Amino acid sequence: MSVTTKTIALHGGLLVLLFALQFVLPAYHHGNLARIMVLASYAVGYNILFGYTGLLSLGHALFFAAGMYGMSLTIQHLGFSAAPALLAGIAAGVVVSMALALLALRTAGVAFMIVTLMFAQAGYLTILYFGEYTRGDEGFVIQQAQRMLWGIDLSQPTNRYFAALSLFATCLLASLWLIRHPFGKTLVAIRENEERVRMLGYNTFAHKLGAMVISGTISAAAGASYGLLFGYAGASFASVQYSIFPLLWVLLGGAGTVLGPFIGTLFMFYLIDLSSGITTAYMLIAGVVLVLLTLFAPQGLTGELRARIWRWLP
Amino acid sequence: MDLGPYLILASLEGAVTAAVLALTAVGLSLVFGVMRVVNIAHGEFFMLGAVIAWWIAHSMGGHPAIGFAVALVVAPLIVGVIAVLADMTILKRVNYDPERTIVATIGLLYIIQQLTLMTYGPEARPVEAPFNTRLAIPWFEHGENGWQMIWPWGLGTTSYKLAVIGAAAGVLLGVWILMTRTRAGLVMRATQADRDMALAFGIPVEKVYALVFGLGAALAALAAVLIVPIQQAHYLMGADPLLLSFIVVIIGGLGSLPGTVLAAVLIGLSDGIISVFFSPTLAKILATLLVGLVLVFRPQGLFGTRHS
Repeated sequence: MSVTTKTIALHGGLLVLLFALQFVLPAYHHGNLARIMVLASYAVGYNILFGYTGLLSLGHALFFAAGMYGMSLTIQHLGFSAAPALLAGIAAGVVVSMALALLALRTAGVAFMIVTLMFAQAGYLTILYFGEYTRGDEGFVIQQAQRMLWGIDLSQPTNRYFAALSLFATCLLASLWLIRHPFGKTLVAIRENEERVRMLGYNTFAHKLGAMVISGTISAAAGASYGLLFGYAGASFASVQYSIFPLLWVLLGGAGTVLGPFIGTLFMFYLIDLSSGITTAYMLIAGVVLVLLTLFAPQGLTGELRARIWRWLP
Repeated sequence: MDLGPYLILASLEGAVTAAVLALTAVGLSLVFGVMRVVNIAHGEFFMLGAVIAWWIAHSMGGHPAIGFAVALVVAPLIVGVIAVLADMTILKRVNYDPERTIVATIGLLYIIQQLTLMTYGPEARPVEAPFNTRLAIPWFEHGENGWQMIWPWGLGTTSYKLAVIGAAAGVLLGVWILMTRTRAGLVMRATQADRDMALAFGIPVEKVYALVFGLGAALAALAAVLIVPIQQAHYLMGADPLLLSFIVVIIGGLGSLPGTVLAAVLIGLSDGIISVFFSPTLAKILATLLVGLVLVFRPQGLFGTRHS
């Protein structure tokens, strides 16, 4: 089989499996998997910037929250219906990621990490500051009547699962298409050796800008969908923790692999789910996994798989 | 009260913040300067210092001053040892790669914080100050009989707060002497200037790194022991000092000790004064934006000079 056939078979197979699981899973795991698919879309967005372009952002919660609040605030205060609100959330993600990219891409390495961290923190504090509209940490519920997308009630578990699957499939296929496209290949080249790419005549700034806007937009789409599917928007989704999560998922699943974000999110979600049954200090697991990953498996699960068995894995 | 007494009060509170902040930030700056890595878990070392101080003061009994004095020595030592162990088991193994170190210290942050939550619990607990005399401050006012001295209600400080400022100044002086006048400081500065050359001259760079990491953490813990009679020990108390230290270290110029102290005084004082006039959230928003913008447009810091 050629690499393209194998790639299509593997990723298509995963989507078919996810589609089929919907009919067999018990209610609890059914709900979990819907959540995991939305969060995995967020991780897919993060992976484009971190995994493929090699830029480690500590501020992606800003984009996730931009999507979530762009969607929920227009519903809450401007009376938008779900579809335009979703678009408003994605548009907010484009604007915010473009603005942050123009500033943060002037720096590199550790400074880039701190700049993204600081702007995301400023965004989080801004949400708290305008608590009158955003209800701050407490957040607000998006009513069932406001969650009708083209006549489909997204609060129903089955509809929610399909909406999450459509979002995830779109993001996964978009990221697969992107990295097989010359633009994506240039991003990988920038990750490996930015100086050389610049010397070859590529505009590396424009490529990094593009990567950050694509990454931010996917993250915002995930944030907006999360709010719409689960009916809640709160400031905690803008906190540092939600910038660390996608990093953790992508690192665990394998940075710079198309399937990595989903696998990482799936594992981490159930790891935390199981451990929170035992202790309230469930973030301990996240910390231990982060340290162990940096020490022993910087490639992540899929990365190790690619290094050892399936060398063709995108 | 008039504006004047308010300002005095705000600057006194600000001076205490600045003193503690300077100690914490110098620890972070030292680690960044010598090792070229950013330690995200720095705030958790601060928190550990406060929690261990509570634990010592709680289990010692007797006069509060005894427990506090023991905590002042033992808490930074314990935290320093923990940091040295973390350096040897984690940071050394990722080769002090800047990005992997950040990820690893984020992990360390959660490990320390959550282990504290599991053992110490979610309560905030106070430590009694060793001495705490109230000192009122007079104010001059132009009244019917010309200028007269009054004692406005609420304008004052405590002997302990003044002692914190003094102690912090003393420790900072000590760090400065250590760095500029001793052999250990010379070795650290040599490692900072050129790691490979230092290694070639037989300086045990890995030991220096471990000690610097321990020293940085111990300074944060010491700052926390000093502040814990004023604030309370809580497992989430590390976030604010971390953010403020970042602000200070970046504005002061990464890795420059005098710049760091100057920035700490500036930030500490203005934090106290700004918080009187604006909401603390707004002050924090402005501060985080300032750090981001300084890094983007003036990466050498406001007081630093550009290296070629």
